[in-house]
Amino acid sequence: MSSLSQNAATMTSQEILTLLQSVADPEIPVLSVIDLGIVRGVVVSPEGVEVAVAPTYTGCPATEVIEQMIAAKLERNGLRNVTIKRVLSPPWTTDWLSDSGRRKLKAYGIAPPQGEAGKRSLLAPELRINCPRCSADRTTRVSEFGSTPCKASYKCDVCLEPFEYFKCL
Amino acid sequence: MLLKYVLRLGDNALVLGQRLSELLTQAPELEEELANANFALDYIGQARLFYSYAGELEGKERTEDDFGFLRDGNEFRNVLLVEQPNGHFGDAIVRQFLFESFYALQLEALTRCSAARVAEIAARAVKEIHYHLRHVSQWLVRLGDGTDESHSRMQQSLDDQWRFTGELFAGDEVDGAFEREWDGPRLAELEKIWNENVDAVLADATLTRPAAQWMDGGGRRGRHTEHFGYLIAEMQFLQRAYPGARW
Repeated sequence: MSSLSQNAATMTSQEILTLLQSVADPEIPVLSVIDLGIVRGVVVSPEGVEVAVAPTYTGCPATEVIEQMIAAKLERNGLRNVTIKRVLSPPWTTDWLSDSGRRKLKAYGIAPPQGEAGKRSLLAPELRINCPRCSADRTTRVSEFGSTPCKASYKCDVCLEPFEYFKCL
Repeated sequence: MLLKYVLRLGDNALVLGQRLSELLTQAPELEEELANANFALDYIGQARLFYSYAGELEGKERTEDDFGFLRDGNEFRNVLLVEQPNGHFGDAIVRQFLFESFYALQLEALTRCSAARVAEIAARAVKEIHYHLRHVSQWLVRLGDGTDESHSRMQQSLDDQWRFTGELFAGDEVDGAFEREWDGPRLAELEKIWNENVDAVLADATLTRPAAQWMDGGGRRGRHTEHFGYLIAEMQFLQRAYPGARW
């Protein structure tokens, strides 16, 4: 009983959000789940803590791992009865990435998404993607696909380094 | 009717996801290997969302795995097009192009339907399918407008699979009920846009639209082509041989 009432007393939803800044995406460890924009809300009640999480891609295998990591982090910090609620609406797009997340991606060597998601991309002209290392805008797309569903593969025509682009979707 | 409609969506996604998974390690180059893996993953992810919702609607505690692995062939309600074998690379591209040209329109219409959960899933899925469709359209053009050999093989693929496109738009009582009660897709309107979109890409690919012909069907009543039995035999083997096996 005491642990239940402790929940509400010891941590506010804001403190929990701060704590979640140290839960990293398993595929792109430089980004936290907060940077990614997939944490949609935290509700603290006498019964426990509920964290709402939006999946990135419908088939992203990291979704379940991320949910487990969030629950484990909160439980390690003394919170009990942690539940993760999966929310689909509004759907996650790359627009949910925070500005600090975009800066971290670039520093990590992954070009952040450029432009706004949600535009019909079917026949859209190719965007110029800047090299995350030397910032040159002369780059070539090697593949529309990459090591994870969220990335495409590019190379820089100036510094010749290959790099990944977090695609805008 | 909502349950039936949602199961059809799940079945289309799972069966095409399974077909695309069969292509792993078969692609002619690394980019296509990644593409197929990504496409298959998207479809299986979408199938999971539809099946989970179907389980809630049905209220008999069936899980997404029960729908995928423990139903017999005649209980699946996918269209025949998605179960067609992979064949050669061009066959798989044509199948995906014809289906996704439809599925993208269907999902887009579903984002505006009044079944809230279906609209939510569609809103996420439609972005993925647009990305696929752009990729397979490029291949259709590259191979159709390629060498004499690639052109004739693509034309043959298109001629072979065309008879499965009629089923996409042959609405029945489930489609009718979903359209009326949930403000669902109007198939006649989708067909008109599908024709325009498909014709435009075929023209770019220098391919000839097959003549109007007899159309195959029956998948949505549980009557499948012979290829389907082999597909689910492989897909369901583990759960049939070791019931309840888990990771």
